[in-house]
Amino acid sequence: MSILSLFVLIPVLMLGGLFLSRNISQVRTVATIGSALQLILAIVLSVLFCMERNAGNTAEMLFMADHLWFAPLNIHYAVGVDGVSVLMILLSAIIVFAGVFASWKMDPLPKEFFIWLILLSTGVFGFFISIDLFTMFLFYEVALIPMYLLIGIWGSGHKFYSAMKLTLMLMGGSALLMLGILGIYFNSSADGELTMNILKIAENNAIPIEMQYLLFPLTFVGFGVLGAMFPFHTWSPDGHASAPTAVSMLHAGVLMKLGGYGCFRVAMYLMPQATVELSWIFLILTGISVVYGAFSACVQTDLKYINAYSSVSHCGLVLFALLMWNTTAMTGAVMQMLSHGLMTALFFALIGMIYGRTHTRDIREMGGLMKIMPFLAACYVIAGLASLGLPGLSGFVAEMTIFVGAFQWTDVFDRVFTIIACTSIVITAVYILRVVGKILYGPVQDKHHETLTDAVWYERLSTITLIVAIAGIGLLPFWVSDLIRDSMSVISDRILQFLPL
Amino acid sequence: MEYSIIILALPFFMFILLALAGMKMSHKTAGLLGTAGLLIVTILSYMVTYQYFTMPRVEGYRLALQPWNFEWLQFTDKLRIDLGIMLDPISVMMLVVISTVSLMVHIYSLGYMHGEKGFQRYYAFLSLFTFSMLGLVVATNIFQMYIFWELVGVSSYLLIGFYYTKPAAVSASKKAFIVTRFADLGFLLGILLLSYYTETFSFKDLISGGQCMSLISSGATFMGASVTTWALALIFMGGAGKSAMFPLHIWLPDAMEGPTPVSSLIHAATMVVAGVFLVARLFPIYMFDMAVMELITWVGAITALYAAIVACVQSDIKRVLAFSTISQIAFMMVALGVCTSTDPHNGGLGYMASMFHLFTHAMFKALLFLGAGAVIHAVHSNEMSQMGGLRKYLPITHITFLIACLAIAGIPPFSGFFSKDEILTAAFAKSTFWGVWMTGVAALTAFYMFRLYYGIFWGKEAKHEHAPKESPAVMTIPLIILAAITCVAGFIPFGEFVSSNSTAYHIHLDPTVATTSVVVAVIAIALATWLFAKPGTKPERMQSALPSLHKWAYNRFYIDNIYQFVTHKIIFGCISKPIAWFDRHIIDGTMNLLATVTNAVSYSIRGLQSGNLQTYVWVFIMGAMAIATLILILI
Repeated sequence: MSILSLFVLIPVLMLGGLFLSRNISQVRTVATIGSALQLILAIVLSVLFCMERNAGNTAEMLFMADHLWFAPLNIHYAVGVDGVSVLMILLSAIIVFAGVFASWKMDPLPKEFFIWLILLSTGVFGFFISIDLFTMFLFYEVALIPMYLLIGIWGSGHKFYSAMKLTLMLMGGSALLMLGILGIYFNSSADGELTMNILKIAENNAIPIEMQYLLFPLTFVGFGVLGAMFPFHTWSPDGHASAPTAVSMLHAGVLMKLGGYGCFRVAMYLMPQATVELSWIFLILTGISVVYGAFSACVQTDLKYINAYSSVSHCGLVLFALLMWNTTAMTGAVMQMLSHGLMTALFFALIGMIYGRTHTRDIREMGGLMKIMPFLAACYVIAGLASLGLPGLSGFVAEMTIFVGAFQWTDVFDRVFTIIACTSIVITAVYILRVVGKILYGPVQDKHHETLTDAVWYERLSTITLIVAIAGIGLLPFWVSDLIRDSMSVISDRILQFLPL
Repeated sequence: MEYSIIILALPFFMFILLALAGMKMSHKTAGLLGTAGLLIVTILSYMVTYQYFTMPRVEGYRLALQPWNFEWLQFTDKLRIDLGIMLDPISVMMLVVISTVSLMVHIYSLGYMHGEKGFQRYYAFLSLFTFSMLGLVVATNIFQMYIFWELVGVSSYLLIGFYYTKPAAVSASKKAFIVTRFADLGFLLGILLLSYYTETFSFKDLISGGQCMSLISSGATFMGASVTTWALALIFMGGAGKSAMFPLHIWLPDAMEGPTPVSSLIHAATMVVAGVFLVARLFPIYMFDMAVMELITWVGAITALYAAIVACVQSDIKRVLAFSTISQIAFMMVALGVCTSTDPHNGGLGYMASMFHLFTHAMFKALLFLGAGAVIHAVHSNEMSQMGGLRKYLPITHITFLIACLAIAGIPPFSGFFSKDEILTAAFAKSTFWGVWMTGVAALTAFYMFRLYYGIFWGKEAKHEHAPKESPAVMTIPLIILAAITCVAGFIPFGEFVSSNSTAYHIHLDPTVATTSVVVAVIAIALATWLFAKPGTKPERMQSALPSLHKWAYNRFYIDNIYQFVTHKIIFGCISKPIAWFDRHIIDGTMNLLATVTNAVSYSIRGLQSGNLQTYVWVFIMGAMAIATLILILI
């Protein structure tokens, strides 16, 4: 059995364990052990992967395994990873680990909550290891559905509305995706032996250009909805605002990355010609996303809304960079995914912890929290600085790689959009510092807040894990960047060969 | 000189240590630890300086060394960020400036910040700042400089907002960060543009590799100006933001909300001269583009005059010093701008003058701020109205402050005279217009500095609850050291160490320029003495003679209000709010509309699926009959 299958197996075993556990401490034990195991496994996987690469194994995907499970449609359980998937798995494992501790005191129904949460993570891991379109889609859906229940049951505010909205919009995306995948399947081979395997489809390279024009938008928008692409992003503010802490963390931190990942792995990789021809349309949309999300975040008053709009801006940058399709920009896009995943998870974790104490997320009702809860406040400042791209934290390296990559195109259209995207570094600073200044600094706004306590051990563990990862990427970006570059150059080279001269 | 890495590593380590473990230490341990770390850094910096400048010249030039270089992040095949250390005359000189002033501030703060809450945090941030600033000056490539550029910005943000419960400090820190961030956007775009065409970030390749020359000859243009012009102007924008050049200066006066030693270190001596340093670093490239040099001269000259006028009427002593800093940095900018070649003997004097003034200014301006800090410490106020007649109570502060005032006014034999004189010579060499302009600003400098001096130490004595006391020795010793440096620094043969093409340049005074500037300064001081030395109504009378000018100058010509209007009314009111509304009501409204329509349609047709058998049978029969009729008719 391939090491990759363990990533699906462990959550399944965890689910079993959770079903059997009788009280909250057993639930916690199972969740802790399971997520820690997964984190260790993810680290082992990245080490193994690097070792294989250093040993000279240049295959596009490593640790491959393949089992046929539905012959009539030639559907396989086919897994394999490249550098990007390894890092995505690592990211997911870190966030799941942090998420478990962030929801330590989950109430009510902790057991059920963890079951759905772990099911969600099963889908996420499955998605990242799959190289069969159908299996991938299957896991994608497994990751989406629990969201409805998690928000609907454990959420806050307009939770039914938000849960419904989020699920329906994402299902809409899935519908487009389903069409796209079927389209790809039926055009996957010139000689009649149809396949769902991404590598084989790419190798066959048989999708006619007319079909690509149709399928590229379908798949790109299908995944783009989950990547919060303008104008299909409105599920994100409401959904995040209503979701419980760990769900927001997982959703913004990992699930939104599924969108970006799918965009380049399926839409761009399999339909390179259409990518070259059509990417300008989406470039406009994502370029708008970047500044639009940032400007919207400037005037929000709910912490979670601010963060959700900030995610629209940052994820917009991910898709923007992908659509610049040179190796540098695409490498930057993946780094931005990692960086955004970690820091948004950190943000949502902190917001959850602050909300758990102050019972408000309205920035106008808070102030001077630095004095009351210095640890949480300091972490919030670090998250903020990561978000506005401070060197030494992950945001900077990602953004700079994107900007340098995007600047390699000299035509006016690309230049203009690159410059527009660059301006986001200023706007981001505005909304981040606005929040930090309002809620952490200044005099204490509410007398009742003065008796609140600082973070406890499980909260500290959760935030420190994320901060270490953020600083790790920020200080030593080269290993991440090299890993991604190797994998992304395959995709960008494939696209670049269709570049009209 | 491999050990130079310790100069960078040690402050960083101190920062990490104090940030993580500081809260568990006593104030004393944390402060002494930070100071001890910095003492080592200072010693090492001096060693590096000694070693570097005693190395033999190669064919009359000083070579740039790169004892460390480390590949950090690969972008494209050709572009990558390295982190490293480059030692050349200006970076070595900056090492001396930064470590000296930083050490003085570390020692001084032991007394000034005594008993403050967050003392450990203060020292952690000071270490972070020192690390970032040192990293900035020894950068081997422009991107490394940008990285540390951002880091100094953040340390400045954290230190301005040190008193985070004070709303004024919070908004000042925010303002400082955002204004410089805006300027840094220009810097970043400039870097991207320059590096795209030259395919390198490295200073070495940029300056000596002839990459830029090829770029200029390739003649790539954008909107009528060449790519080089654009890139250099944008990079200068970054420098102008950090160095508080008009119109990006608005953050610096507000930054005075930070603790006074911080103002002394960051907002007077080191960080704010980063812009000058940047231009000096890229000087050989700037030399190819006279249009940008012209821009630098104009921006510098306008800033110098503007800030000097505003400084004449401010009442908060730290604000006077802040505007004075802006004005003096503008002097350095002008000195760079008026250069016409890289040969110090022929048109390139300004470069040496600028660096010389940077050096002397750092010392005496740090002294002025630390002196002001001692005064504030004694009377617990920043306002000049709360001071007056303090020379009796604070003798050491008084004497050292006077020395610094004489230096900045350009009175020999203090250091400021020599460096300012070189700048004026360089300005006159370019054209009489610039020479006269800058001499005028120098006169204003002497005037407002002595207005400040008399306002604090002479004049009418304000009422005090307790008699002001001289500061403890930890605070006065740094003052004395800096005053001593100010007395002797003018005699350093600076041109031997630093010059525009690193050949030896022997400083000689131009007698006409020197005499004029001294005479003008003396007249300005005499005027200030006549007006402010004795308590009286003369200042008020002068104010009422020019009421509108006074009002405009006091309100800093309303530049801040313009910014306020643009950011709040236009950006927030006319962009952000409408976008947020559009998102909630139009985009999201469309999604909700889809849902509502779906719902409404479902409601309206759900009657068809009522489950009522009679209805079904009735519809069935009716339908069957209708079809039968249709068929019959058609047949």
